[in-house]
Amino acid sequence: MEYEPVIGLEVHAQLLTQSKMFCACSADYAGAPPNTHLCPTCLGMPGALPVINQRAVEFTILTARAFNCEIPEFAKFDRKNYHYPDLMKGYQISQFDLPLSRNGFILIDDAGTIKKIGIRRVHLEEDTAKLFHDGNASRVDVNRSGVPLMEIVSEPEMHSVEEARLYSLKLRQILRYLGVCSGDMEKGAMRFEANISLRARGTTELSATRVEIKNLNSLRAMVHATEFEIARQTKILNAGGTVEQETMGWDEARNSTFTQRSKEEAHDYRYFPEPDLPRLEVSRAWVAEIEARLPELPDAKYDRLMRELGLSSYDAGVITAERDVAEYYDRAVDAGKARGVEAKTIANWVSGELFRLMKERNVEIGAVKIAPAQIPDLIALVNAGTISNNIAKNVFEEMFATGDDAKKIVQAKGLGQISNRAALVAIIEKIIADNPTQVAGYRAGKTALAQWFVGQVMKATRGQANPALVNELVADKLKSL
Amino acid sequence: MELYQLTVHAARELLQTGGITSLDLTRAILERIEKIDPRVHAYLTVIAERALDSARDADARWTEHRRDGSRAPALLGIPMAIKDEICTRGVRTTAGSKILHNFVPPYDATVMEKLNSAGAILIGKTNQDEFAMGSSTENSRYFTTRNPWDLERVPGGSSGGSAAAVAADETLFALGTDTGGSVRQPAGLTNTVGLRPTYGRVSRFGVIAFASSLDQVGPITKDVRDAAIILGAIAGHDPREATSVNVPVPDYVAAMRVGAMHASPLQNIRVGVPREYFIEGMQPGVARAVRDAIHVLESLGATTQEVSLPHTDYALPTYYLIAPAEASANLARYDGVKYGYRAPFDSAQGDTLRDSAQGDTLRDSAQGSNEMWDVMRATRGDGFGAEVKRRIMLGTYALSAGYYDAYYLKAQKVRTLIKQDFDRAFEQVDVIVGPTSPSTAFKIGEKVDDPLQMYLADVFTLAQALAGIPAISIPCGFADNATLSGVEGLPVGLQIMGRAFDEPRVLQVAYAYEHATDWHTRKPQL
Ligand SMILES: [Zn+2]
Repeated sequence: MEYEPVIGLEVHAQLLTQSKMFCACSADYAGAPPNTHLCPTCLGMPGALPVINQRAVEFTILTARAFNCEIPEFAKFDRKNYHYPDLMKGYQISQFDLPLSRNGFILIDDAGTIKKIGIRRVHLEEDTAKLFHDGNASRVDVNRSGVPLMEIVSEPEMHSVEEARLYSLKLRQILRYLGVCSGDMEKGAMRFEANISLRARGTTELSATRVEIKNLNSLRAMVHATEFEIARQTKILNAGGTVEQETMGWDEARNSTFTQRSKEEAHDYRYFPEPDLPRLEVSRAWVAEIEARLPELPDAKYDRLMRELGLSSYDAGVITAERDVAEYYDRAVDAGKARGVEAKTIANWVSGELFRLMKERNVEIGAVKIAPAQIPDLIALVNAGTISNNIAKNVFEEMFATGDDAKKIVQAKGLGQISNRAALVAIIEKIIADNPTQVAGYRAGKTALAQWFVGQVMKATRGQANPALVNELVADKLKSL
Repeated sequence: MELYQLTVHAARELLQTGGITSLDLTRAILERIEKIDPRVHAYLTVIAERALDSARDADARWTEHRRDGSRAPALLGIPMAIKDEICTRGVRTTAGSKILHNFVPPYDATVMEKLNSAGAILIGKTNQDEFAMGSSTENSRYFTTRNPWDLERVPGGSSGGSAAAVAADETLFALGTDTGGSVRQPAGLTNTVGLRPTYGRVSRFGVIAFASSLDQVGPITKDVRDAAIILGAIAGHDPREATSVNVPVPDYVAAMRVGAMHASPLQNIRVGVPREYFIEGMQPGVARAVRDAIHVLESLGATTQEVSLPHTDYALPTYYLIAPAEASANLARYDGVKYGYRAPFDSAQGDTLRDSAQGDTLRDSAQGSNEMWDVMRATRGDGFGAEVKRRIMLGTYALSAGYYDAYYLKAQKVRTLIKQDFDRAFEQVDVIVGPTSPSTAFKIGEKVDDPLQMYLADVFTLAQALAGIPAISIPCGFADNATLSGVEGLPVGLQIMGRAFDEPRVLQVAYAYEHATDWHTRKPQL
């Protein structure tokens, strides 16, 4: 029988708020010495109490709206009870039955097929501390404890690893567009849990048992674990077995999943409403105010770039991948309007030369020295015939290195195109005089030799001659011989 | 009159005029403690040296204020005792538990910050039932506090140490915490005044949590005026506590005195008497004292009428589902990893305590993670007493999958009904009065083996906590007790309840009654 995987993802995204979820400690703990970002509240000291970080709530609502979610008028926090040394209070403050948002979706583009993936809910909770195992001891670093964590729960609507990968990338892209999460998986800013089951292809029933894989700390781990798990379940089903419901972990080194808890050992988290926090009333006015802060999202940007600016799907895709790049491009296009420079031409430069150099030199868009308006300036020089396209590439590289204006570089290096007819005619005449063999060949009917003469002129002018003019003048001269 | 017998307001007047010094007053209290506390056992910790230093500072500040005529902070130089449930920076805070036997908070509870800035002097920390779970202090992991009126009897609980300290003149005032009667019940059993404020009126920050939706800090004092003064000092919105309510703090002393100069001070006050608060099995002397008190209120101009609080019977089961449920989570943090008691890995090796504060690490890998879990289990098994464990189990059960709807959720619904009972009654009356407890102080050991009997000691003080409304217990007489000869009996408390945030009315009625009677002036023979 052929099986179809059914995949649901829970994505945990650390929010880029200044302070932690329920205390005033800085949430920016990356690189800080252990146990330096803490206070009685995030340490779970006796009598310490939580206060809701309003900004984290706004970030969650903003994200939920970007995912087309409904925002209920009331939300509440709940206690999720379990014991672990990295959980300071012995419970995690999370959201159970009244999350901040529900029933949204995002679109993914799987090789040209647009698919809608449902988002069941986006809710807010707090991160745990971090355990380090060192020799025969375990140590706790509390810096991460209480960092705001947004949980994005998808519907089980992905049917291939590729869909799960595209969904994750799309989430990351939107989160970064919104500026609510760095998406930095190296630093654990985005972590995954996957639910996986198989069903006979063509059926629509959900399997009664599903396997949950926890602690997938990167996109790569999620992809590998999902692939592994699909293969494992396929093998079991093909052998006539049944897949047990269980919770698994992912062993990165061995590249395999392992059982953490069977169904019988499943946690009873004993959720109940957090009595230390009042119910959240989410007024429609507040939602509207937050919504007004939504930037143009990647899908809308992509559409606009293709429809209004005539970009190719590829260019629109790569330019809108990151909000900073897209905004860089938008600013370049705005500046180009006054100079009559086409958006498409700018897109070619951005997706071509700019991306190539950024990649080669390992430079982020924020650190690029070329200001967006300098790109149409360069293109305008090409359009005016001052420099050739090839020279422009050299100039661009110089701009990338120094941040200087194209004009300044062209002038300083004497790269302006030779468009002076008299000067070019003199050069052509000299070449004809110096190369009688080629002239004879041309006369004997080898008209293709005309290009050889053009090449010689370009060589003699170190590429600075206006190619169109050289073509015209060479043709004239040869015909009149 | 001895200095230690002073009320807060009387001491304030004497400090103001320079008639006494804070040092004299503090010394008098410390000497009193030295003399009496070996019999009463009210204090877990006394910080004599620090208190004397603070008193000297206070006297220097008083000299300044007297010289330039500026107003001194409300409690400058006044000694106080604080229940060990409340975090005090630099002073051991155990919550009556072994699991926090060495816990010294690096922070003050908000109420402590407020009292410190009002100039009060911390004398020490008072005994209590472990994590405020109990009605007698017999659940303290250290010792049982004695009722100053009869040392063979309990002072009530859980704030029994605070109430006994006030009753025995071992402090001028004290703070307790009230989750289901823990301020009012011991006040009632010791002839002191105990006030439970409206939920949200006083910050819970730094108050070790028992049941978060019920816990409130309240004063235990020698008279109603002191209760008004202390409430004024500790009330107010706290940005560190999300359930703290941002309503202005009125002048409680002024509110208390409304009508005081009038011939009928309680004219226009409608007093409700709930029929459900006079139950069978109630000690007859208690019922009599409370009935007499109601007649006094009538003589002061109040109109009385019977009201019904039909869900009163459900308060006890409701409370014993909600409070343990919240406690089961609140107490999960005590695992020996971060602070407090940590059980030795091999418990058989002896009873010496190894403490997490010493910074040793939890070994985790060699024997698998078993050692870590074993230590956490042993820490909790050893660190918590029987009643705390019982309630953790009750609460865990009530929240478990499959039982949540039948227990916790049902209890929350009944809690709403109990609240509605009060809402309806308060449409007809301004305050509701009844007994604080069904009986006077019981003998040490009498109920210790019967949790249900112990729980019934709080039967009249649970509903107000569930409804979040303010209530005060004030002395209203003594009930004859056959077992006592030569003593007129044991104290009885009158409970006065008000609408949420209507502490002014509660205090006004309490003060009018107190003014017309002299029960509060009676002192135990020690
Ligand atoms: Zn913190």
